[in-house]
Amino acid sequence: MADIATASPARRARLAGNALPLAIFLVFAVVPLFAGFRGEAYVLGLVTRVMIFAIAALALDLLVGYGALVSFGHAAFIGLGAYAVGILGAHGISDMLIALPVALVVSALFAFATGIVCLRTKGVYFIMITLAFGQMAYFTASSLAPYGGDDGLTIRMRSTLAGFQIFHSDRALYYVSLLALLGAYLLCRSLVASRFGRVYRGTRENPLRLATIGFEVYRYQLVAYVIAGALGGLSGFLLANAAEFVSPAYMSWQRSGELLIMVIFGGMGTLNGAIIGAAAFLLLEEWLSGITEHWKVIFGPLLVLVAVFAPGGLLGVWARLRRIGRD
Amino acid sequence: MTDPVLRVENLAKNFGGLRVTDDVTLDVLPGELHAVIGPNGAGKTTLINQISGLLSPDAGRILFGGEDVTRLAMHARAGRGLARSFQITSILPRFSVLENVALAVHARSGTSFRFLGRVATEEALNAPAMAALAQVGLGSRAGVPAGELSHGEKRALELAIALAMEPKLLLLDEPMAGTGRDETERLIAALRSLKGRFPMVLVEHDMDAVFALADRISVLIYGKILASGTPAQVRADPAVVTAYLGEELE
Repeated sequence: MADIATASPARRARLAGNALPLAIFLVFAVVPLFAGFRGEAYVLGLVTRVMIFAIAALALDLLVGYGALVSFGHAAFIGLGAYAVGILGAHGISDMLIALPVALVVSALFAFATGIVCLRTKGVYFIMITLAFGQMAYFTASSLAPYGGDDGLTIRMRSTLAGFQIFHSDRALYYVSLLALLGAYLLCRSLVASRFGRVYRGTRENPLRLATIGFEVYRYQLVAYVIAGALGGLSGFLLANAAEFVSPAYMSWQRSGELLIMVIFGGMGTLNGAIIGAAAFLLLEEWLSGITEHWKVIFGPLLVLVAVFAPGGLLGVWARLRRIGRD
Repeated sequence: MTDPVLRVENLAKNFGGLRVTDDVTLDVLPGELHAVIGPNGAGKTTLINQISGLLSPDAGRILFGGEDVTRLAMHARAGRGLARSFQITSILPRFSVLENVALAVHARSGTSFRFLGRVATEEALNAPAMAALAQVGLGSRAGVPAGELSHGEKRALELAIALAMEPKLLLLDEPMAGTGRDETERLIAALRSLKGRFPMVLVEHDMDAVFALADRISVLIYGKILASGTPAQVRADPAVVTAYLGEELE
């Protein structure tokens, strides 16, 4: 008895730490098996969207939760990834061997170029300047007349893989998105626990201390920003394929705000929270907007309640409930 | 004569109209503990901030190991072996005590752009960190989040972080600030055991500590060096006694 109490808390903590992500991915994996009961296309489409936005939310959690870099322009990266698919497609290039690398590289480059500027600022100024760059991307996309301008651009053919129609069915797209989410999640998990991750997490805690022991804080933040940007691009690549459509609205500041809400709603700095937050946000939006078109009137106060009473987000509530349950 | 580890030449800094560092020249020899004392507002912390690179001086030069580092960024100076502690405790509160120190070991060893592998289990970082913690008497507190340490323990942690950098020079800005009697004594003992291993610049209010530890003392008043010499010389200097030490020693 004493053995269980003293020897295994570390192992038990690790087990508990893995139980939640295992459950999350298990649910995602089995959804298609049950989707047939109630409009398969509808369910698969909805959950695919959840997973795609969860990738972007993970990326944003990397910035906000682990680096205290509150980016208010993260939707720009989704848009860039999506436009890479749209624009290449308009020129007859729909193979993901080209479109995916282009989506990743373009969003990483945008992150690098804007990160150089944004990361010189802190706090509110960082929020404002990321917002400004996000809006720049938005207006640039709106003015792309050959590619639909404000109206956006229909994608005539989903991406292929070396000519093979990998996204031929919604189910295939679903599982590729799931794989992408799993990959993004594992990458982020490994990253925050790595050498790089410790330094990067340290920059959130006390940048001055990091500099005095010899780390150039800015470089670590920039690398994280570029990685988060590329993950945003991945999300955009999938979103374009799922929606078979791209539009400037993908990059709007409201979208960036929604991504932040997902991260905060689920619980910042946990990665699991980002996925749960994305799911909670999109499913609530879907459900509430089915009840009334003024669904934001319900959703808004709900967010306020979470912000006031559960600063740790949904994961924080869950942890507190479990603690109460144990006592 | 051996070359000094640190040489500060004619350093000057103004905050608006206020001259906080006024033509300061001092050096630190290998293995030496050079204390800087002076009343509140004399510009001691400002001087340390310029040496460590947090502030840049308006005039003068800072030579570290013979190299002019006056314009180098803080992290670059740290990379060359210049470690400092802060008067106001500066640690990573949500990191464990061990992680705080392991990060300092990490800063001087190997790459930081490694994205795989759990850093928490890297023995190459943890072992030297544990050794540094043992030196300041925090060995048993390694797993505690640093934010939960007592004030005195945080001061000791600051010292351990500086030690883990294996510095060529240690800048200590009031390491005893705000600690209780027992903790002060423990810190003095820790510093004494380090003396000779690292050259140190010690800014400190605690006169017992300064006179017990220092090889050389510089007295700073209104940003100017009033006197500089061995503890005995400084204690006997009439100008220092009238300006500063008088009330402290009585």
